[in-house]
Amino acid sequence: MSDVKVTIDGKEVLVPQGSTILQAARKVGISIPTLCHLDLHDTKMVNKTASCRVCVVEVEGRRNLAPSCATPVVDGMVVRTNTVRVMEARKTIIELLLSDHPKECLTCAKSGKCELQDLSEKFGLREVRITGKSQSTYKKDYSESIIRDMDKCIMCRRCETMCNEVQTVGALSAINRGFEAVVSPAFESPLVDTVCTHCGQCVAVCPVGALTENDHTWKVLDALADPDKIVVAQTAPAVRVAIGEEFGAEPGTIVTGKLVSGLKSIGFDYVFDTDFTADLTIMEEGHELLERLEKFLAGDKDVKLPILTSCCPAWVNFIESQFPELIDVPSTAKSPQQMFGSIAKSYFAEKLNVPRKKMVVVSVMPCLAKKYEASREEFSVDGNPDVDITISTRELAHLIKQFNLDLNELEDQEYDNPLGISTGAGVIFGTTGGVIEAAVRTAYEIKTGKELERVDFKQLRGFDGVRVASVDMDGLVLNIGIAHGLGNARQLLEEIKDGNPRNLHAIEIMACPGGCIGGGGQPYHHGDSSVLKKRQEAIYQVDREMKIRKSHENPAIIELYETYLGKPLSEKSHKLLHTHYSVKDKV
Amino acid sequence: MAELKNEQFNELEQFIDSMSSTKGELIRVLHKAQEIFGYLPKEVQKFVAKKLHVSTAKVFGVVSFYSFFTMTPRGEHNIAICLGTACYVRGAEKVLDAFKRELNINTGETTKDGKFSITGVRCVGACGLAPVVMVGEKVYGRVTPDMVKDILEEYKD
Repeated sequence: MSDVKVTIDGKEVLVPQGSTILQAARKVGISIPTLCHLDLHDTKMVNKTASCRVCVVEVEGRRNLAPSCATPVVDGMVVRTNTVRVMEARKTIIELLLSDHPKECLTCAKSGKCELQDLSEKFGLREVRITGKSQSTYKKDYSESIIRDMDKCIMCRRCETMCNEVQTVGALSAINRGFEAVVSPAFESPLVDTVCTHCGQCVAVCPVGALTENDHTWKVLDALADPDKIVVAQTAPAVRVAIGEEFGAEPGTIVTGKLVSGLKSIGFDYVFDTDFTADLTIMEEGHELLERLEKFLAGDKDVKLPILTSCCPAWVNFIESQFPELIDVPSTAKSPQQMFGSIAKSYFAEKLNVPRKKMVVVSVMPCLAKKYEASREEFSVDGNPDVDITISTRELAHLIKQFNLDLNELEDQEYDNPLGISTGAGVIFGTTGGVIEAAVRTAYEIKTGKELERVDFKQLRGFDGVRVASVDMDGLVLNIGIAHGLGNARQLLEEIKDGNPRNLHAIEIMACPGGCIGGGGQPYHHGDSSVLKKRQEAIYQVDREMKIRKSHENPAIIELYETYLGKPLSEKSHKLLHTHYSVKDKV
Repeated sequence: MAELKNEQFNELEQFIDSMSSTKGELIRVLHKAQEIFGYLPKEVQKFVAKKLHVSTAKVFGVVSFYSFFTMTPRGEHNIAICLGTACYVRGAEKVLDAFKRELNINTGETTKDGKFSITGVRCVGACGLAPVVMVGEKVYGRVTPDMVKDILEEYKD
């Protein structure tokens, strides 16, 4: 396609045909303010509902102002982004948005990170001249993971685009009209009764405080303050490459030691690593894969392939509510979070000789679905949950700040033994492609009995939504599928329903774009997908720097099996480390 | 409340199956569904969503957007009072109030005996007769509040 020439604020620029005015302006360093617009090109999401009108500009020869995010350029177009007319219109638009918006900034969970607040500040609004009673009055909807406060909804519809087009979950839609218009599930049902997977990507893109996580930091404080409790932390792989951002570090800064230090400083009795149970997951899931594969190749018709990873709780919710016919293909292995809770409250509690009720397990997760997962009934014993409290990366950052600490100033510390010992295989669980790469590292050595010379499986890495690769395990070719983002997962699932034409043996699915590094509980990326790539690079760097990079070589894992579990897929392993799924009929 | 009958679902299913493509036909299907069931309860919306391969949330989004669609069953005789500009300036609101008073229900509600319901509608295209009231398919023009009792009388057996 040929380029077209446009003039923006007197600067000439050549851009490809089909570009928007907004894109052309950015090319010459003019950043037109936006609100509803969101372009995550790596995840192929563009929200261009043009509903907020904040980005309007003057186009010579046109009577009306044009929304620059949705207006394509034409050759010879002359645009002005900063005339008095434009600025007045923009200010009025922001005022109109604020006129029906609760002025609760002081107590809003999004305060300081709110894009509407930023705009108001940028335009120096000191009063809202448009008054009247606040028109919409919606009740807050609390799920274990997400709080919907629809009085704050500005109808940018980013969440709707994310939920329907990227994730293809279909839990949300714009409803009603006029002042009453908000984004809601069908029949205004609570999220828990809907097909919502609690992935939290709606929260990740909401520009205001309409969608936020259900904050559990006070529960953590209560537990830490209780002298009768032993409070144990686990940190997911993706947290260590992201939490630094909340303290001003560059995206992709690795702060593992400071993270441990922070948790110890605020009073955790033991700081352990979910990477440990990621290694454990590999032992169970890897053996399950090999067992299913061998039976399948031997002609056993009852064995279902491909096997699907089951670490991602949003993905589990997705298959339970949307693919009932595939309910028995995911691995029965619990997720690393839940394996941790289970092992902490059995193996470790027994080591300490304390009853499980005395122990409080707190997870720090990049994820909001993990909150929901921890609350599932099957993950508790006599009403005592394996994981008591799950907080997100953002919530932990808040908590550390409340303790008057700056993460950057903390000395590096090591994880505690034994549940803090882990490998490079465990840490790559944090990115798309990582779980299956970790599984291959172990499955290869178990299957062939040979040592893997090169542990990096580059063919499994990357950022494409759906990837397929083959790994030669000494003659046995393993066909692997990888999807991140639930829309991409749906593609692979449809393929399996259609008879698995590419003969895939194992599939890794992560619900969030990029995997856990882009989880719904991570520091807000505000539409900058390069942040996710930097976090991904950091994950692989942590892996490279680990002494041990294969799960089955983790000495603490070996000891756990020798002294407690027996072997992978043993009866005890099944009781503690495996689960079941059930079809859930939801709207 | 009238029960949702299997035959009604069959009729709707046949209508949907007879379409060459259902893409972009959600509103037409909802019109048909409301014609068949008289209203659009949750079960019907879920059924439509499944048949058209769209999310229930999307169906509900459309149903809640257009005032024509209703999720509560209408009475045997639905009274539609035009609140378009012409009718409004000639006193439609007073007429609406009279109906509400006589029947002791609000707009969008149905009398306990299921006989009458009231809806406010936008312009019905008979501005010359403003204010206009429709009871079922029958049109009444130049309606005043004193006429309300007599109109209702016509439908009381």
